[in-house]
Amino acid sequence: MYPNEVELQWSVLIVLYPFLTGLVAGAFILASLERVFRVEAVKPTYRLALLTALAFLLVAPLPLQLHLGHPERSFEMYLTPHRSSAMAMFGFVYLWYLMAVLVLEIWLDYRRDIVVLSQTTTGPRRLVYRMLTLGSSNISPNALAIDNRVGWIVTIVGIPSAFLLHGYVGFIFGSIKANPWWSTPLMPVVFLFSAMVSGIAAVLLLYMLLNRLRHKPIDMGCVDAVAKYLFYAFIIDFSLEMLDLIHRIYEADESFRSLDFMVHSRLFLSQIVIQILLGTVAPIALLAFTQVFKAPDIWRKRIYALAGCLTMIGIFAMRWNVVIGGQLFSKSFLGYTTYKMGFVAKEGLLPAIVLAVLPLFILWVLVKLLPPWPEEEARPAARAAAS
Amino acid sequence: MNLSRRHFLVLLPAAALAWEHVLAGTPEAAPNYGLTEHWWGMLVDIEKCIGCGSCVRACQKENNVPDGYYRTWIERYRIKEVNGVETLEVDSPDGGKNGFPSSDEPFLKQFFVPKMCNHCADSPCTQVCPVGATFVTPDGVVLVDEKYCLGCRYCIQACPYGCRFLHPEKNVAQKCTLCYHRITQGLTTACVENCPTGSRQLADLKNPKDPIHEFLRTHSVQVLKPHLATQAKLYYNGLDGAVR
Repeated sequence: MYPNEVELQWSVLIVLYPFLTGLVAGAFILASLERVFRVEAVKPTYRLALLTALAFLLVAPLPLQLHLGHPERSFEMYLTPHRSSAMAMFGFVYLWYLMAVLVLEIWLDYRRDIVVLSQTTTGPRRLVYRMLTLGSSNISPNALAIDNRVGWIVTIVGIPSAFLLHGYVGFIFGSIKANPWWSTPLMPVVFLFSAMVSGIAAVLLLYMLLNRLRHKPIDMGCVDAVAKYLFYAFIIDFSLEMLDLIHRIYEADESFRSLDFMVHSRLFLSQIVIQILLGTVAPIALLAFTQVFKAPDIWRKRIYALAGCLTMIGIFAMRWNVVIGGQLFSKSFLGYTTYKMGFVAKEGLLPAIVLAVLPLFILWVLVKLLPPWPEEEARPAARAAAS
Repeated sequence: MNLSRRHFLVLLPAAALAWEHVLAGTPEAAPNYGLTEHWWGMLVDIEKCIGCGSCVRACQKENNVPDGYYRTWIERYRIKEVNGVETLEVDSPDGGKNGFPSSDEPFLKQFFVPKMCNHCADSPCTQVCPVGATFVTPDGVVLVDEKYCLGCRYCIQACPYGCRFLHPEKNVAQKCTLCYHRITQGLTTACVENCPTGSRQLADLKNPKDPIHEFLRTHSVQVLKPHLATQAKLYYNGLDGAVR
C-alpha cells in the first residue's frame, strides 16, 4: 500500500451521487417512452417519472458539494472550467439537463394545469401558480398545440441529454487510467443501463406506493409494461456487467490477482451476494417469471414490488462496489485498505441517509404542487370548462 | 474620460478585486531564474539508498507536511523464501521516516525504493483537475494552487503513483513541489540535500551540462509504470521489476 492510500478519498456521498443521477436519467428515459415512442401503456407514469427525475436531480449535486474540501469554490467550475477535465463538464451537463430539458419539459407539459390552477386556487397557492405561469395564461388550442410540439422536441433532445448525463458520470470513473477497477470503456455504458434499470424500478415502486397511499387502483397494464421494460433493460445491463467481468477474468492483466482477491474477500458480500445474486439475478428471475407465467394481479404486484426493491438495493450496491471497491486496493497491487464510515460526520452515514430521503420529500412537495395523476389533470380542466 | 466621484467609488471595490487577481497570478520574485531555461526531473539510484529516512524527515520539516501524510516516502522490498517459493514483502512504516526496523528473518534480497511525485510531463492529475488548480509549470514541475483547489480529490484518484493527499487542515490536495521555492533560488531540494549517500539527484534536463545526461546514456534507467505513458520524470537506476 502506498502510505497516502490508506485513507479513502471518496466516501459514501460519492456512492450516492451516481445513484441519484442514475435515477434521474432512468426516470426520464421511461418518461420519454410515452412521449416519443408513443408507448400508451406507460402513460400513467409519465408525469410522475418527470417529477421523480426533477426531485432527484435537484439533490444530485448536494453530496458532491458536501464532499468538497472547499465548497465555497465550487462555482469556479463554471467560471474557469478546465476543459480537459471530465469533472469540470459536470456543471454544464447538469445545468443543461436541469434547465434546458427537465424543467422546460415539465413546465410545457403542466402549463395548461398551472394556468387553470392559478385561476381556480386562492391564497398563497394562487400566488405560486401565478408565478409558475411566467406571465403566460394563453391556453388556447393553438397555444397548447405549440406547447405539445415544443415539448416533443425537448424530449427528443432530452433522450441523448439523459444518456450524456449518466454516461458522463461513468466516464468520470472509466477514464481514470491509474485505477484498473474503473478504467474500462464499458464503464459509461454499464452506468447508463444500470441508470435505466434503477430509474424504471424507482418509478415503478413510487407509482405503486403512491396509488396505494391514495387508495386508487393500480393500472396493471401500465405496471406490466413498465416491468417489461425493466426486465429488458436489466438483461442488457447484466449482460454488459458480465461481459466486463468475463473480459477481466480472461485477459487477467497485472491487476487481476489483486482485484480477484478483493472481490473474493472485502467485496464478497457487497458484490457477489448483494449486487449480483440478490440485486440482479433475483429480480431478473422474478421479472422473467412474470413474463413467462400469467400470475394473478395481486401476485404480479407483489413480485414487481419485491423485484423493484431488490433492484434498488442491487444498483446501490453496484455504485458502492465501483466507488468504494475502487479504493480498497493499492495501485501498487500490493495491499488493501478498509473503509471506515462515520455516522454523524460530514461524510458519514447520517448525511447520506438525509440526502437519500430528501428527494422523496421534494417529490412529495412537487406532487402536491403539480399533481401527476390523470384524474387530477381532468378535474381542473373540467372546472375551467364549467367556468 | 469623465469619472464622477460616485462612479469612482463604485468602481473602487471592483478594481481592488481585479488587482488581487493580478497579484495572485504573479510568481514569487526569483531573480536570475529563467522559467523556460529548465526542465526539472529527479534521478534515484536505488543501489545507493540505505533506507535511513533522512529524505522523508527533511521533506516533512522543509514543507511542513502533516503527520501521517507523505510528499516522499521509502518502501522496503524484501524477497523471502517461504515453503520453497520466493515471496515478496513490502513495507513502509511511517513512510520510512525513521528508517526500517532490522529483522533476524532471513531474506534472499532486500532493497529500498524512495518514492515521490513523478512530475509527469503528461500528468493525469493535471488533466483531471476541474478548475486547473493543478498545473505543470513551464520548467516541468507539477504544482497545486492552494488558493484555487476545490478539494474534490479527483487528482488523488488519478495519480497512478499514490503521491497526493488531502491536507487535513487546509482541505486542499498536496504533493511534492520539488521544493519549488528552493530550486527557483538556485538551491537543490531538501531531500537531495539531506541524502547521505547521494541516492537522489535533482536533474535539469534542459541543461546540457547536467550530469543526468551522461548518466542516462550510460545506465539502464527506468520510470515507474511506463505503460501508462505519463512521461514521468522520476528516473530510477537499478529498478527491480517487482516495484510498482
